Amino acid sequence: MTTASIDNVLLLAGLLFTIGVAGVMMRKNIFFMLLSVEIMLNAAGLAFIAAGSHWGQPDGQVMFIFILAMAAAEVSIGLSLILQIYHLHKSLDIDNLKEMNG
Amino acid sequence: MQTMLWIIPALPLLGFLLLISYGSRLSRRQTAAIGVGSVLLSACAGLYAGGQLLLHPSLVYEVTLWTWIDIGDFHPAIALRMDALAAVFVFVITLIGALIHLYSAEFMEKDPDYSRFFACMNLFVFAMLVLVLADNLLLLYLGWEGVGLCSYLLIGFWYENPANGHAARKAFTMTRIGDTALAIGLFCIYYACKSLNIVDISTAAPLIFQQNPQEATLIAFLLLGGALGKSAQLPLQTWLPDAMAGPSPVSALIHAATMVTAGVYLIARMYVFFELAPAVQGLIAVIGAITLLVAGLSALTQYDIKRVLAYSTISQIGYMFLALGVGAWTAAIFHFMVHAFFKALLFLGAGAIIESVNHEHSMFRMGGLRKKLPIIFWTFMVGTASLAAIPLVTAGFYSKDQILWYAWGARHGQAWLWSMAWVGAFITAAYSARMVLLVFWGPLKTEVTSRPRWSITFPLIALAVCSTWIGFVDLPHNFGHFTPFSDFLHHTLPLTELRADPTTEWMFQILATVATVGGLLLAYSYYYIHNKRLRHLANQPLFRRLHRLWLAGWGFDKLYQTFISRPFLWVTKANKADGVDQLYSAMANITTSLNQRMAALQSGSLRWYIMGMVLGAIILFGLQLLL
Repeated sequence: MTTASIDNVLLLAGLLFTIGVAGVMMRKNIFFMLLSVEIMLNAAGLAFIAAGSHWGQPDGQVMFIFILAMAAAEVSIGLSLILQIYHLHKSLDIDNLKEMNG
Repeated sequence: MQTMLWIIPALPLLGFLLLISYGSRLSRRQTAAIGVGSVLLSACAGLYAGGQLLLHPSLVYEVTLWTWIDIGDFHPAIALRMDALAAVFVFVITLIGALIHLYSAEFMEKDPDYSRFFACMNLFVFAMLVLVLADNLLLLYLGWEGVGLCSYLLIGFWYENPANGHAARKAFTMTRIGDTALAIGLFCIYYACKSLNIVDISTAAPLIFQQNPQEATLIAFLLLGGALGKSAQLPLQTWLPDAMAGPSPVSALIHAATMVTAGVYLIARMYVFFELAPAVQGLIAVIGAITLLVAGLSALTQYDIKRVLAYSTISQIGYMFLALGVGAWTAAIFHFMVHAFFKALLFLGAGAIIESVNHEHSMFRMGGLRKKLPIIFWTFMVGTASLAAIPLVTAGFYSKDQILWYAWGARHGQAWLWSMAWVGAFITAAYSARMVLLVFWGPLKTEVTSRPRWSITFPLIALAVCSTWIGFVDLPHNFGHFTPFSDFLHHTLPLTELRADPTTEWMFQILATVATVGGLLLAYSYYYIHNKRLRHLANQPLFRRLHRLWLAGWGFDKLYQTFISRPFLWVTKANKADGVDQLYSAMANITTSLNQRMAALQSGSLRWYIMGMVLGAIILFGLQLLL
């Protein structure tokens, strides 16, 4: 079994994070924006795991468990909010949903 | 008695506190009993203490009640001190105060604010007693401000009339100018002497100011400023004639007998500073001499009987200032005492007359009251005779003659000061006679509607007796060297040094008599025998203009209006937008406009926010990498 070098894993995590950020910025659908946020969280989690394995410390995995729990909570609240928004506005388009006019 | 000195001011204070707390629940009888009783008991205590001082002249009552303030080296105490000078003032304040309170009990009977009146009067007596009994200048200043406050409260006593409120504010503001000077003077004294105790600074002053007499001059000048305001001397005299808006007993107590003489007391008390500053002492004499002429001429033309008396008060205090200025300290205090008696009598008499003729103030609408109000007539005549200084029989003659003589003969006396005082005596006699002739002689013009009862007539008679007999406590030197009053005061005040030959004193007495008789005859001929000649005189343009000028008190009000009030109002109007405020409102305006611009960023568009966040993060990381 070959171990992945830390550089490659971090590169992957950075790539995932960028994809997530780009998704949040570019997607119009609020549901996909939530999805992109999840990707960003997982990118962060991956970086923690890689770092933990590199230094031989359990802290990285502990942090990942935290992130996982937090992501679960975030998704449940986020999804319920999205459901409410769809219920009220019959739309998930973020540009249609803005109510403030600056 | 030594330690019981505090009881003299404490009794009126107690009366004030009772009246102000329970005034609305007390009946009129109880109110009067508290108001009059407290001052009467205080007068008894004052008389007893004064009597002890007379018997043991070297004695000085001193009592320290408690330390008032204690900061570093500065610890003024609530301490009272009664020496000969203070004793004379206590005697006059409490005795005349008690008589005036008794008079007020009947005079103010129908007033709805009976208890407020007595509360203020009691507070006034308390404040004045604190002023004269204070052992340090800070306590003196407390009393000084206290009488100012009471004066304001009592001038504006009938506050429903806006004119009275205006007069009260005017009195307060004008005296405030003097008070400020006095306060600065106290700071200077403390700075130089490191103490405010009167005895300490009086003994230390000659040493301290040996090197820098300018400092003593400055302090004396500031003290004089305070005295000018309170004693209504030129140029701060304009408040006193308007102060007649208050009830007559107030005019008698505050604006004739006691409060306005606080300035005389202050100068006599701090005489050391004035002896160190001869220039300022000369200025006192000059101010006094000018004031007595200016006010005397104004009194000649007034219609309102109370305004005549007000101007005459200013004029008589001018005499006291003249005496202080030439170094005749005891003569000034003697004239203060005599003047307090006869001026209180005249004001109370005037109040009784006004009340009897249905609140008519104008002398030209009185007349012929001689037969209708005999007691008032006779007592008023005694007071007027004293004011005009009728020789030998009246107290006013002895005190004023002393001042006239010292204006010539004392060390700082001058011929021109004497001649001004002499002309003043002539004018005094003239306006006194004019007042009496207009009020009591001639045809009856206003019906008498009410007659005074005993509590009005008794104080009048008592004061009339005093105004006659009090003069004999200090006879001129050529009348057999009977001078117990000035001997008594010499325990506190310095002797009057003479420059003229004492044997010539009789000439000045005869000249003073000539002035008095001349003035009386002048008024008699114009206002009684030749009424037509008066009208003829009044039609001449020069006299008409003079009359208008004097009636308006030499136009000082207008002068101050034009040169002080108007420019001040103009500045306030010009500065209505408030130049300084512009800076601060500009800051507020910039913030508001910035806010409006920035608010455009808060569009509600989530993707813009994220864009902003990412951009910010990139910039931060970039900076981190670069730096």
